[in-house]
Amino acid sequence: MSDHITEIIVFSLLFLLVSAMGFVAARWRAPKDMAHLDEWGLGGRSFGGWITWFLVGGDLYTAYTFVAVPALIFGAGAAGFFAVPYTIVIYPLFFLILIRLWSVSHRHGFVTPADFVRTRFGSPTLALLIAITGIAATMPYIALQLVGIEAVLKTMGVTGDSMLARHAPIIIAFAILAAYTYQSGLRAPALIAFVKDTLIYIVIIVAVIYLPYKLGGWGSIFDDAQAKFDASPAPGDGITLNANNQIQYITLALGSALALFLYPHSITGVLASKNRNVIKRNMSALPAYSFLLGLLALLGYAAISAGVKPLPGSKEGSVDSNTVVPLLFDQQFPSWFAGIAFAAIGIGALVPAAIMSIAAANLFTRNIYKEYLRKDATPAQEANVSKITSLVVKIGAVACIIFLDPQFSIDLQLIGGVIILQTAPAVALGLFTRWLHKGGLIAGWALGMGLGMWMLYQIPNAATKRAHFGGSAFPLSDFGFDTPKTVYVGFVAVAVNLLVAVLVTLVLRALKTPDGVDGTRQDDYFADAGDPRLEKGRHTPDTLVSGP
Amino acid sequence: MVQPAPRSDRSPWNWLLIVPIVVPVLTPLFNFDSPRLWGFPAFYWLQFLFILLGVTTTTIVYRMTRRPAAPVAPEARDE
Repeated sequence: MSDHITEIIVFSLLFLLVSAMGFVAARWRAPKDMAHLDEWGLGGRSFGGWITWFLVGGDLYTAYTFVAVPALIFGAGAAGFFAVPYTIVIYPLFFLILIRLWSVSHRHGFVTPADFVRTRFGSPTLALLIAITGIAATMPYIALQLVGIEAVLKTMGVTGDSMLARHAPIIIAFAILAAYTYQSGLRAPALIAFVKDTLIYIVIIVAVIYLPYKLGGWGSIFDDAQAKFDASPAPGDGITLNANNQIQYITLALGSALALFLYPHSITGVLASKNRNVIKRNMSALPAYSFLLGLLALLGYAAISAGVKPLPGSKEGSVDSNTVVPLLFDQQFPSWFAGIAFAAIGIGALVPAAIMSIAAANLFTRNIYKEYLRKDATPAQEANVSKITSLVVKIGAVACIIFLDPQFSIDLQLIGGVIILQTAPAVALGLFTRWLHKGGLIAGWALGMGLGMWMLYQIPNAATKRAHFGGSAFPLSDFGFDTPKTVYVGFVAVAVNLLVAVLVTLVLRALKTPDGVDGTRQDDYFADAGDPRLEKGRHTPDTLVSGP
Repeated sequence: MVQPAPRSDRSPWNWLLIVPIVVPVLTPLFNFDSPRLWGFPAFYWLQFLFILLGVTTTTIVYRMTRRPAAPVAPEARDE
């Protein structure tokens, strides 16, 4: 541990700085009345261009992404680069689709995607399914942020023999995070995101210039990687794609993009912006992060070239490939700079973890508590329930990491991406058409979920010698096709989901089964800042006490 | 009170956004090692280029479909 002392000091100082900012954030752009879910859970729906850019960027590009994507490149090569097309495709989708969700939510005071579904399809049941799906998909994602921090702590040698000693730093970090999220709500990650992203940008820019200089240029880094993949027995690796994993690459990029914008935390980030123009303008500015992610991904190759050997995993004989990037910094850079890089990843975990827990808490409050437990809850009670739920969610995430194998969280996150996609017909298509029957949507959701889970269960992983939940690449031969090609599970599941939704809708319409009532009007989907709100008691945009 | 004309976000410019959705997933377009640029295989620098393609098309569509400020209440305008 002593050789890492500089790293630990730099890491701790930066961590303390952002913790202080998290508490101060409660007073930043403070509202007259914090006891409303709009304030605690959506930052008053008031964020302008810059804040939104940092917040959504800090939200979508998580610490786990920052360690897992390079780890994937390190292990499999080009297939791991799907993260780049994935994060290109997502912005036009946001631009065309999510903008309508912002408008209709602004008008009706929706806080969650399930709120929208509730009003659009007049079905509390469908809304409940959407809410549960959202919470189930988000929980393991929060746990994975801890995996990101743990990779860094492990590299700095902050580990112990007993279970408590090993996890103490994470428990402390999350306790602080929970405290300031409770107090400041969405304002905390919004303010911290400035520090996180600045650090990440500095670290990556330095790394992509300095590392090739040390390792003999990008050309030789790629050649080293190709040499490693040529020597490995695995069939799917290489610095370009092969004939069999291209469909997987395409469907994974498209499917992940669709999944990401359905995740409650992305929607929370978008709903917090103050008008349509802020969102649209951001969609052309956010790809700066994709550039960053692409460069970061390539550090996986730099790690191959530098001869990085990942640290051992939790089980005997396994390796924790998530430690690849932290180790690369530890070995190639002076320790103070490695400390900054580690802090960037560590803080990078806090921003999305905070937003995710807020998003999950909002879902619980609006679509379970208010819908089923206490229909007459006041805005103040809603805010309070949400604050407490956000604590519970974080305790759950920490418990997942401490008491379960981290691999379990990784599996759950894999499942999470597939199940959140099953909300696409109701949430995304629902923004454009009311044609699908609520019964059709429920049936499609159920079948899509079932099929997705079954497919994931069938996938083995040769590298980790596991029979089930070994990845998201489903061999098409299992469907009876005579081909070694693979496809992304979520993509197939959501296609079946949609097909079922359409068929069941046709049947229900033919049987003249009554449908729910649509509580929205066409014009709601184009509403902008300054339009009157329909929510009771909140007819005008809120005035801020302090200036923006 | 005068009823404003029905609003819409339809615009032929929106079709331009198909480009950054489709091009980055057409793997046969870019799944090559050569030509290399600054040591980067084509597979990588072309996909980095697609990020710029995304930025350019989104910016164009934003500029072309931006609403006139008129219907927005003055205090809510941010530019």
